[in-house]
Amino acid sequence: MMALNRLNHMEYIEGMEAIDSDLMDKVLNYTAAYDYRQYTGKDVEKALAQEQLSIGDYASILSPAAMPYLEEMAQKARSETRKHFGNSIYVFTPLYIANYCENHCIYCGFNCKNKIRRGKLSLEEVAVELKAIAATGLKEVLILTGESRLKSGVEYIGEAVKLAAKYFSTIGIEIYPLNLKEYAYLQQCGADFVSVYQETYNINKYEQVHLSGPKRIYPYRFHAQERALLGGMRGVAFGCLLGLDDYRKDAYAAGLHAFFMQQKYPHAEISFSTPRLRPYINKVDNNPHDVRERQLLQVILAYRLFMPYAGITISTRERAVFRDHVIGLAATKISAGVRVGVGGHRAEEKGDEQFEISDPRSVHQVHQMILSRGLQPVYTDYIRV
Amino acid sequence: MSDQLIIGGHAVQSRLILGSGKFSLQIIKAVVENGGAEMVTLALRRANLGGQENILDHIPKGVTLLPNTSGARNAGEAVRIARLAREIGCGNFVKVEVIRDTKYLLPDNYETIKATEILAKEGFIVMPYMYPDLNVARSLVNAGAAAVMPLAAPIGSNKGLCTKDFIQILVDEIDLPIIVDAGIGRPSQACEAMEMGVAAIMCNTAIATAGDVALMSKAFKQAIEAGRAAYLAGPGRVINNQAEASSPLTGFLED
Repeated sequence: MMALNRLNHMEYIEGMEAIDSDLMDKVLNYTAAYDYRQYTGKDVEKALAQEQLSIGDYASILSPAAMPYLEEMAQKARSETRKHFGNSIYVFTPLYIANYCENHCIYCGFNCKNKIRRGKLSLEEVAVELKAIAATGLKEVLILTGESRLKSGVEYIGEAVKLAAKYFSTIGIEIYPLNLKEYAYLQQCGADFVSVYQETYNINKYEQVHLSGPKRIYPYRFHAQERALLGGMRGVAFGCLLGLDDYRKDAYAAGLHAFFMQQKYPHAEISFSTPRLRPYINKVDNNPHDVRERQLLQVILAYRLFMPYAGITISTRERAVFRDHVIGLAATKISAGVRVGVGGHRAEEKGDEQFEISDPRSVHQVHQMILSRGLQPVYTDYIRV
Repeated sequence: MSDQLIIGGHAVQSRLILGSGKFSLQIIKAVVENGGAEMVTLALRRANLGGQENILDHIPKGVTLLPNTSGARNAGEAVRIARLAREIGCGNFVKVEVIRDTKYLLPDNYETIKATEILAKEGFIVMPYMYPDLNVARSLVNAGAAAVMPLAAPIGSNKGLCTKDFIQILVDEIDLPIIVDAGIGRPSQACEAMEMGVAAIMCNTAIATAGDVALMSKAFKQAIEAGRAAYLAGPGRVINNQAEASSPLTGFLED
């Protein structure tokens, strides 16, 4: 039951733009009907024999019946990855420019009730950080903020993007969901890629873990990628926070969300991230529960086999050995030289981090690792025209 | 006997055009040398000028660069990327690629014609990548293309000559070099295309995904040369094993 004093999480609040879209109903209907216990080894074998996996095949390779087939899935995934991406591995880094947040999400270190050091970089500090990152040779940067329109408004983010455009060929943003015109504005400023993660697609669970703040409004977040594409963004990233709810259903929904989006917007560049719950300051026991490395790999491989043309980014939340093995196999993009506090690439961090990272390696170290695995580090694969 | 391929007034001996985007930059030189390629395509978006792992630093000198416009979703974007390529010194050749489907990466023929027309007028030697359609190929000729590059199968699929009959129509009807651009998966398929009268083969994934990339490059070179020679030689007759009618059908004719 929803507490009476809380917002109805399925209703837009003032200022949130509603677009006409059937994608949410489609994804939620499919996900509601997904009973992964009904699949058998035979279904998985049939799926793995397909050249192009159907939605039903995707459902079966995400099921428990697929666990004994992880090696076969990996073999097929590796070949698909090679076909579509060659041996290219894209390298980037995130830059957190602020960690103020208006949401109370019980799984996140930035949540507004958590007592951490808050901070926001001035534009001068943003420039210093960007310069320091550019000096490592990177050409792609992902700009992040906590979710606070008050403290980190769209114009502030736009100015940061404009600064980034001086040094980087590829700029992504991972910020709170925006209205269409705001996405168009940030695209004009120089950002072309937008990441928004639904965290969980289960409406009831979503309501329980997003206690307050604008993030509580489920459909506004769900439709963010579509608004971004309508606003002129070139690529959109999807994902769920594995370990928050039933990871198979959440991964199934995230895959379908991306799949239907590409169907509706064939030009859209699609990518996935696969974050798992991580401990954060004041909550060291925030763990991914039943999503261990085997389960995580199953999800990553399932995304690859279902949508072989999609990019997959592997998070610094995972340990180095896991990351090293998953690139080339299914993942195509890896972060390097990561700081998840506010700033910290050049000057001291101005705010605490969102979560603990597991792979602190520098850009140079990650570069060497990619080469040592017979893969090709790629710094730029995008021209803004 | 001189058997040169002429593209936009430029003569090349090698009929293997290599892609460069799917394998390690360190081995580009060996792949080019083994394949005897004189022309190498590169995605301009991969050029990291002055930066790390810049593809342009790894393509051997003396090779003709064929920058492509990958990443372009419409004619306008393709034109801008082509101009950028020329500005940074990639020469006048350009492979026009306009794709607005991230799943199959099939070319948009309509936008490709538009981009070809604009770029040809600006003095580029335009080699458009296209879905094999005779009407489109004719429009590309009229737009000023220097060659026509039909796909044999979807990019990266290694599926071979799926569009064989339509490519043959282009070979028969279009008075420009027809260069098969995508989908060739094995040297035997490249050989078969060359036997059909295709002028050259553009190859990337088939070589990049091979166990020994440099050796596969050599295999393609040899297959393409064999196919070309067979085309020039004219194929011998194929014995028809079907029984022939016992009474001739033309026996009624007066001498």
